[in-house]
Amino acid sequence: MKRKVYLTFPQKLIRDPLIYRVGHEFRVVTNIRCASVTDEIGVVGLEFEGEPEEIGRAMEYLKSRGVLVEPVVMNVIE
Amino acid sequence: MGYVQGLKCRECGREYPKDPINICAFCFGPLEVVYRYEEIAKVLSRERITSRPPNMWRYLELLPLDDAPTVGKDVGYTPLVRAENLARSLGVSELYIKNDAVSYPTLSFKDRVVAVAVSKAKEFDFDTIACASTGNLANAVAACAASAGLKSYVFIPADLEQGKIMGTQVFGTNLVGIQGNYDDVNRLCTEVADKHRWAFVNINLRPFYAEGSKTFGYEIVEQLGWRLPQNVVVPMAGGSLITKLKKSFQELTKIGLVEEGRTKMFGAQATGCSPIVTAVKKGTDLFKPVKPDTIAKSLAIGNPADGFYAIQTMTDSGGWGEEVTDDEIVEAMKLLAETEGIFTETAGGVTLGVTKKLIEQGKIPRDESIVVSITGNGLKTQEALLGRLQKHPVIDSRLDSFEALLVEKQSRL
Repeated sequence: MKRKVYLTFPQKLIRDPLIYRVGHEFRVVTNIRCASVTDEIGVVGLEFEGEPEEIGRAMEYLKSRGVLVEPVVMNVIE
Repeated sequence: MGYVQGLKCRECGREYPKDPINICAFCFGPLEVVYRYEEIAKVLSRERITSRPPNMWRYLELLPLDDAPTVGKDVGYTPLVRAENLARSLGVSELYIKNDAVSYPTLSFKDRVVAVAVSKAKEFDFDTIACASTGNLANAVAACAASAGLKSYVFIPADLEQGKIMGTQVFGTNLVGIQGNYDDVNRLCTEVADKHRWAFVNINLRPFYAEGSKTFGYEIVEQLGWRLPQNVVVPMAGGSLITKLKKSFQELTKIGLVEEGRTKMFGAQATGCSPIVTAVKKGTDLFKPVKPDTIAKSLAIGNPADGFYAIQTMTDSGGWGEEVTDDEIVEAMKLLAETEGIFTETAGGVTLGVTKKLIEQGKIPRDESIVVSITGNGLKTQEALLGRLQKHPVIDSRLDSFEALLVEKQSRL
């Protein structure tokens, strides 16, 4: 299974290699498709590939570190 | 029929056929409808448009349908009100209210986008329409799906107010409350959209859906006597409307229906949810997502999908972004009602409150034409005014009691 997400890194996390860690600690393939980083905020478009539970765990890990993990369509509640 | 060439990624420019897709498979950029403008310019004229019935479909060639619309045929062509009283109050010379508070059938501009999305869904042979919403979009989807004879699913946060639920449920939709915070509701809806072959109006049909907003802009230009306004103030939630208004002005110019001109685009948000305005003020094109906390619920999108493009639209046009507090929102709602007899929802209070601020700051010149975009009706957000209006007097049923009240009132003047 593949899942596309946007990761938003607040300033305090910009220097942490969190995507690298996710690729090592969980059985998922991470594929960066776009990124934009300023000294205040970082936004990365990422595709996960792997078993659904493993992708879920990887996403939970990122959230627990303070990363905002969102579907690529962003907010759809209008 | 139809003048759509296809879809194109706004970021990398990759082209796609006109399918129910919304994201570029390569870079995740949003997809945009591209038209064959040379052909449209040959067939569409001011005369042709004005000879058609007064609804949004008089600009059909500039909308993403292959055939005539099958639903929502009477949507659009709401009044552009010359607001003389309000203009005097704000100290400006030429002020207009584009009033979608009286949009048919559900009293918000969402009727326009949904009419396009549901007509397109029928062309794509979908039998179920869906959306996630906290108000206006839910009303519009449920009503339009009912009139189209299609099934609909509307997802709402479980703790939504009763009034908003009724205005959707009455249309016989499948209403599903979801427990959890907004992020949970959001995530579940995208998972449902991935799994079921449904027309999710603002997910897989988003490129087509969003095009419906352009009719708000076409109508402004036509109702101004085929000229571009010099300043437009637009409420921003996801940020789509302001970008589509700009596109509508550019298209009319491109196909020769209006003389080239410059419209400054101004975006309005509430202080409790202003990620786009904050970015404009900071001079950055990346915005920080926020947790909304404002009475303007219909603008409470903390991570706006079109935020980046809304920022570009404002800055490229020479416009600006501004925000107002909840108190200023209510004051502006009252000002519009008392000067022009128009009862707008909280989003309209945001737009007018911001207009007032921008005029005071000198960002909108007092001697230029100004259009304020009112996108929803106050009857839907009456709770925002609870305890905010003066309590009315109650008297006994005798004439002298009324006369005494009158004397008292006049003595206060």
